[in-house]
Amino acid sequence: MDWHSIFSQALQQGLGPVAAVYCLAAIGLNVHFGYTGLLNFGQAGFMAVAGYAMSAFVATWGLSFWLGSLVGLVLCAVLALLLGVPTLRLRADYLAIVTIAAAEIIRQTVGSVSLLKYFGGQDGLQSFNATFNDLNPFTGSVGIPGVVSWRPYDFWTLVVCWVLAALCCLVVWALMRSPWGRVLKGIREDEDAVRSLGKNVYAYKMQSLMIGGLIGGLAGIMSALQHSAINPSFFATDTTFFAYTVLLVGGAARVLGPVVGTIVFWFLLSFLDLFFGEATSGTNPLIPDWLMDSNQASLMRFVFMGLALMLLMVYRPQGIFGDRRELALDAR
Amino acid sequence: MPADRTSSPAPGGGGATSTAVVDVSAARAALRDVPHEPGAPKPDPIVVADGIRRTFGGLTAVDVAHVEIQRGVITGLIGPNGAGKTTFFNLLTGFDRPDQGDWSFNGKSLKGVPAYRVARSGMVRTFQLTKVLSKLTVLENMRVGATGQQGERLLRAMFAPFWRGQERANTEKADALLDRFLLIKKREDFAGSLSGGQRKLLEMARALMADPELVMLDEPMAGVNPALKQSLLGHVKSLRDEGRTVLFVEHDMDMVRDISDWVIVMAQGQVIAEGPPHSVMGDQRVIDAYLGSHHDQDLSVESVDLENQILAEVEAEIAGGQPPAADEQAEPAATPGDQRG
Repeated sequence: MDWHSIFSQALQQGLGPVAAVYCLAAIGLNVHFGYTGLLNFGQAGFMAVAGYAMSAFVATWGLSFWLGSLVGLVLCAVLALLLGVPTLRLRADYLAIVTIAAAEIIRQTVGSVSLLKYFGGQDGLQSFNATFNDLNPFTGSVGIPGVVSWRPYDFWTLVVCWVLAALCCLVVWALMRSPWGRVLKGIREDEDAVRSLGKNVYAYKMQSLMIGGLIGGLAGIMSALQHSAINPSFFATDTTFFAYTVLLVGGAARVLGPVVGTIVFWFLLSFLDLFFGEATSGTNPLIPDWLMDSNQASLMRFVFMGLALMLLMVYRPQGIFGDRRELALDAR
Repeated sequence: MPADRTSSPAPGGGGATSTAVVDVSAARAALRDVPHEPGAPKPDPIVVADGIRRTFGGLTAVDVAHVEIQRGVITGLIGPNGAGKTTFFNLLTGFDRPDQGDWSFNGKSLKGVPAYRVARSGMVRTFQLTKVLSKLTVLENMRVGATGQQGERLLRAMFAPFWRGQERANTEKADALLDRFLLIKKREDFAGSLSGGQRKLLEMARALMADPELVMLDEPMAGVNPALKQSLLGHVKSLRDEGRTVLFVEHDMDMVRDISDWVIVMAQGQVIAEGPPHSVMGDQRVIDAYLGSHHDQDLSVESVDLENQILAEVEAEIAGGQPPAADEQAEPAATPGDQRG
C-alpha cells in the first residue's frame, strides 16, 4: 500500500480543477439555497448554457472566446429570468420542479440530433480552448515538489478557477453582510414578514437567482475549458446534486462553506477510490478476492461517501462551518 | 366601564419613549358625534373602504359595503370566528386581492397595490401567527424593518461606505425601540429563541422601524399570558399616544373594552355594528352574532315547546328541500369558513 501516492493523488483531486469547478457551482447554489432559500435543482442547466455558448461561439462559429463567455453569462441571466418570472411568485417547491426540468430540457436540446451541426450532439464540441491555452504561463509539471503536482494545463485551469472562486466569495461576502443580504436571509426565513416590511420580495429573489446563475455559468465555462471538451453528460442532474453535497458538507449560508466543502468532498472521493483500488490489486491484496474484486472496488467510494454523508447529517447537520444553534431553532 | 380618560400616560415600558406624546383627546372628541351605525362617516378618516367583496368559491368571506377608520385613535375590529376579520386585514394590506371594491389610505387608492408598496406608504401590519425571522438576531430583525435603506440596493450593497452611516442610525433607532419594548437584553439572540410573547413584542417593535402612520395588529394578544398582556396593552396605547393610528383584530373582550376608542364588529363578512366599546357591547346585533339569537332562551326540558318548534322547522326544511332565507338562528358552525379567524 503506497500511502504517499494515495495521499498525493487525493490531494491533487481535492485542490484540482474539478474541485474548483464544483466550488464555483456550489457558491452559486449557496446564494440561491443557503441565503435566499430558493431550491434551485437546475444548477447544471446554468452551467450548460454558459459552457455551450462559449464552446459553440469558438468551435462552431469561429468567434472570440471572450465574446462567447460574455454571451454565455448573459444567457444565464436570461435563463434566470425565464425560470423566475413564472415560479418565484409561487411556493418554493415549484422552482425546484421547474429548474430540474429546465436543466434536463437544456441538456437534451444541446445533445439532440437536429442541432448536431451547432452543438455536436452527444459527442459535443472540442478544440475551443486555444485562446485560453495561449494565456497559460506554466510549463512543465507544477505543484509542491514531493507532495503534489499537476500538468501545466490543469494547473492553469485550477489557478483561474480558484481565483474566480475567490472573487465570487468576496462578492458573496460583501453582499451578504449588507442590508441587501439581510433582506435575502429574511426572505429565506419568512417572505411574508419581509413583504409586510415594505420589501419587494419578488425582485430580491430574482436578483438572487440571477447572481447565483451567473456564478453557475462561470462554473460551466470552466468545466468545458478544464476538459478541453464539452458534451451533454457533463451537465446531468448528478452535477447539481454533487454541487449540493459540496455545499452541505461545507455548511450552507457560510461564505467559505463551498470552498472547504469541495476540497473535503473531492479529497475523500478520490482517496476512497485510490484506497480501494490499491487494496484489491496485486497478487496478495489487502482485501481478499472473495470479499471484493477490483471491479467492485471502484464503486465502493460512493458507498462510503454516502455513509459519510449520513453520519455528517446526523452528527453535524450544519456542515463544517455551520452554526449548530441555528439548526436547533428548527427543532423547537 | 372605565371613565373616559383623556390623555393617558404610556404605561409599561413607555418610560424610555423619547417621542412626544400627542394629545388624543381631540381625535376622541371628534368621534363623539359619529353615529353608532355600520359604515358611519368619520370626521378625519385615514382608511376608507368601499364595496369590498372577497369570495372563496361559493363562500363570501368579506362583503363590506362601507367602512372608515378614524385617524389618531385605536380602532378594534372584532367578530366571531370566521367573520372575515383577518381576510379583511389581508385585503386592506395587499396580501390578498378582493373580487371587487376600492379602498384608500390617506386619500390614495390602494386598489391593486402590492403588499410591499402598501407597507412603504405607511400602513404596516403584524400577523396573527407571529412571523419573526428565526435565524436572524433580534437586532437584525429590527434593522430589516427600516425603510429606504441604500444598502438594500444590489449595486450599492457591495460597498459599505454607501450604507454604513444609515445603518448606524438604524441601529440606534432599533436599540431605542428594543429598550422600549423590553427586548434590549435579547439584542444579540436569535429571534427564533424568543418566547411567544417576546415575539409579539418584537413584531410590534419591528413594524415601528418603518415609522408607520397606521399600525395594523392582527390578534396581538393571541397566546400571550395575562401578565404580559398588561404590558402589551400599554405598548398598544403608547402607539396611539405618539400620534399613530392603530387598527387591531382581537378576540379578547377585556382588551377591546380597555383600549379601543372605537369598535367595528364584523359577522359573516359584513360590518354589523360600530361604536364606542360600551355601546357596541350592548348592541343586540352583536350579542346575537356572538351568542346566536336564541342565546337567552331556555332550551332545557321545561321549554319542550320551543324545542319541538325548532325541530318542526328543521323537519319542514328537510322535507321542503328549500333552505329558508338567511335566518340567523342557524348556528355559526354551519359556515364552512370557520378556519379563517
